[in-house]
Amino acid sequence: MNIYSRTIKEINKMLINREIGAVELTRYFLDNIKRKNKEINCYITVCEDKALRKAEEAQKLIDSGENISPLCGIPYAVKDNFCTENIRTTCASKMLENFIPPYSATIVNKLEEKGAVILGKLNMDEFGMGCSSENSFFGPVYNPWNQEYVAGGSSGGSAAALAADLAGFTLASDTGGSIRQPAAFCGVVGLKPTYGLVSRHGLIAFASSLDQAGPMTRDVTDCAIVLNEIAGYDPMDSVSVRKGFENYLDGIDRGVDGIKIGMPEEFFNTDFAPEIKEAIFKAAEELCQHGARSYEVSLPSVKHTVPCYYIISSAEASSNLARYDGIRFGYRNPDARNLDELYKFSRSEGFGKEVKRRIILGTFALSSGHNDKLYSKALKVRRLISDEFKNILEKVDCLVAPVYPTTAFKAGGDNCKDPLKMYLSDIYTAAVNLAGLPALTVPLGLDSKGLPIGMQIIGKAFCEKLLFQVGHAIEKIAGRIIPGVKS
Amino acid sequence: MPYEIVIGLEIHAELNTKSKIFCGCKNEFGGEPNSNCCPVCLGMPGTLPVLNKEAVIYAIKAGLAMNCRISEVSKMDRKNYFYPDMPKAYQVSQYDIPLCYDGYVEIEADGQTKNIGIERIHLEEDAGKLMHDPNGQGTLIDYNRAGVPLIEIVTRPDIRSPKEARVLFENIKSILEYTGVCDCQMQEGSLRADVNLSVRPTGQETLGTRTEMKNLNSFRAVERACEAEAKRQIELLEKGLKVVQETRRWDDSKQESYPMREKEESLDYRFFPEPDLVPIVVDKTLIKNIKASIPELPGARKKRYINELEIPAYDANIITSDMKIADFFEEATKVCSNYKLVSNWLLTDLLRLVKEKGQDVMQKLTAQKFGELMVYYDKGEISQASAKKVLDIVSETGEEPGSLIERLELKVQRDENLVESIVKKVVQDNPKAVSDYKSGKTKAFGFLMGRVMAQLKGNGDPEQIKRLLTRELKSLME
Repeated sequence: MNIYSRTIKEINKMLINREIGAVELTRYFLDNIKRKNKEINCYITVCEDKALRKAEEAQKLIDSGENISPLCGIPYAVKDNFCTENIRTTCASKMLENFIPPYSATIVNKLEEKGAVILGKLNMDEFGMGCSSENSFFGPVYNPWNQEYVAGGSSGGSAAALAADLAGFTLASDTGGSIRQPAAFCGVVGLKPTYGLVSRHGLIAFASSLDQAGPMTRDVTDCAIVLNEIAGYDPMDSVSVRKGFENYLDGIDRGVDGIKIGMPEEFFNTDFAPEIKEAIFKAAEELCQHGARSYEVSLPSVKHTVPCYYIISSAEASSNLARYDGIRFGYRNPDARNLDELYKFSRSEGFGKEVKRRIILGTFALSSGHNDKLYSKALKVRRLISDEFKNILEKVDCLVAPVYPTTAFKAGGDNCKDPLKMYLSDIYTAAVNLAGLPALTVPLGLDSKGLPIGMQIIGKAFCEKLLFQVGHAIEKIAGRIIPGVKS
Repeated sequence: MPYEIVIGLEIHAELNTKSKIFCGCKNEFGGEPNSNCCPVCLGMPGTLPVLNKEAVIYAIKAGLAMNCRISEVSKMDRKNYFYPDMPKAYQVSQYDIPLCYDGYVEIEADGQTKNIGIERIHLEEDAGKLMHDPNGQGTLIDYNRAGVPLIEIVTRPDIRSPKEARVLFENIKSILEYTGVCDCQMQEGSLRADVNLSVRPTGQETLGTRTEMKNLNSFRAVERACEAEAKRQIELLEKGLKVVQETRRWDDSKQESYPMREKEESLDYRFFPEPDLVPIVVDKTLIKNIKASIPELPGARKKRYINELEIPAYDANIITSDMKIADFFEEATKVCSNYKLVSNWLLTDLLRLVKEKGQDVMQKLTAQKFGELMVYYDKGEISQASAKKVLDIVSETGEEPGSLIERLELKVQRDENLVESIVKKVVQDNPKAVSDYKSGKTKAFGFLMGRVMAQLKGNGDPEQIKRLLTRELKSLME
């Protein structure tokens, strides 16, 4: 029986029809991890014993014949910046190399209650800072489509684990594109939900006003299935929104007849890979053939996205990461002779280069004398960008846009050496975080190098349903892409 | 050259809420170190704060009681600095939009009444406590206090003397106590003040350079620190030297202050809005409800005692400065309506007992029994000496004054026939005294009265005895 790269929906059916047992299924993924993780390096921690125990419990639930969650018995893995009770949670940092939280993130608890089976913790850029998952204390993540290439970041492990079939679905987080870009690089579906839709409790903060947890899945339907289980108000997260349950599967295959699609000229006029541009235009055209209408729209302020995003995210990060001081948890330099040295040595050695760069940047942006010109100004620009998105999305139902200027780039290349170039590439994704909107990455096939091309669909706040609807239509047109399987 | 002293206070008060400001941990003093904390108040990775609504209500209550305006929308901000007692390396506080602003507190000092402006009251979290190992082996940290809700009350620099500073601190303490916002256990640090002080030649408009003294936890310390600091600054200026802007530590036992070594003044706190919390929105109904829950405040109570109950201002001030005493007084006057009598006994005999035996005395005694006792005395049914005796015993045993008076036979004996017969007997038995009296030695009258009183076991009515004895002696002389 072939279970390679099956969707949640398919696996769920097989579990219910007793075509496969939950334990057998979990063993399948654990074996895959044993075989392939050395090359891909997407797992930092694998919790085999716990996974098998959970699988047994899930099988009991299935056998009980009761109405089970579609995620019951489905093996999944979690980006290593979500706290997991009694499972090491590192943020891919030396600072938290041995940190074992006594609590789990709310969404991990939710999945646990549904009987989903946790396989382990996924590699990433340290504290979510980066776009290639090369900034990891545990080594870079490689792209399953071609291991000379990166998997994207910061949630590179979450995307690569799916593409390599090392998990049924994964959890990730997106602060400036960290779900959408690796999903595009690895040819999977990734959703950055509306800010406040999914609880952040237990998600180790990078930039609190931008961080949002979301799923990565093999297809759009799976994405809606997972969002159904993880979305919702959490009393532990004050910014999470009180909203009644919404079934994101409803109307997912309704098609795009009458849907108005905006194409922001400020995105399409920028310099990005022609193959990506071509693929997006083609997708838009085909959507129009299915009844959608496309419009050229303008978001004049998005050109300020990158400086605005880097000031705000780094400012918040400088404060969020101040608690790693070597005193209560995390790395502590053993040779410090006084308090100043304890701080200095522990933080110098515990954090990687990129993290330190952002802390310095953010500290500077908040410091008196610079705050007005940097942080306070960035807040105003953020408001401007947010308003422009809001106004445009009154006129059209959604926007389509590139995710990144290129498809996956070579590992160990220049990108890491030139942080400014790397930062500038966040232009398409970070604006969405600044505006707090939902956006969905869907694959559009492969480029001439055989690497996945992705596109993002951006929607109104809390209109994830429409994104799934449009994404589902594109999926029908473009088809799924699976490494080693011809589409 | 005459100088004017300019003082502003920053008062930190821990709120009397059930739980901490951002988590469900109990808000309690003491306990085993680090026994009352959780991942949230320890600032562990991935945890988020959830603002305690009760803390917001208490802060607003304090603001309304100090005549402040309440911000309809305010927010929390992060104050960033590294120190091991601050688990997140930032304190969640309020920067540019405090919850309460623009109020005042009335004080009466040096015979004058004036209002001291309250610039702002904001909400924030307390830090943990560092304990330096006496053996020099390092520093221990207790995070039980981390996350305890605090308000910081910032006054305008309207205070002009150490005495005014003390009175203002006392008044604010009473207000916080009356409203139940803070338990004001100053020895536990739940109420503490920082003093900002400068001096300037009288008549000069611009303010002098100020210094700050932190964490003063008694009224006396505030007054003394102000006196000493004003003196120090004036002496510097007199010598032609300059006052350095700095933070100083006041040592109350040595009555001296020293500059603190930490470079506090140069710290850049890099304030920014706390992204983990939503803005605090206070609607008018909530303000109305909180306002309605505020009891009569000490200032108003004092005025009422003076104007309506005709209690002397000095006494009214002492009674109202402590809510427990004031409530006790109020209860007792419901039983005995001779307010002045109750007030006199309360301020002399009762406070003496409290001083000797502690606050428990009031619980044993109860305002009800104290009032009853005052009624017996007021009606002349017992003597002053007996009343004191009853007060002493009741405050020990809690016995009913009525049954105690009965049991110890303390009621004043006014039976005219009985007293008359005793008078006659005493006169008969003491011919020497009688003849002394007759020969003009008035002292002898007192002796005879004492004999009669002794026969009545001290429970005689002096007026009655005097009247009957005078009559008896007169009849002998005719």
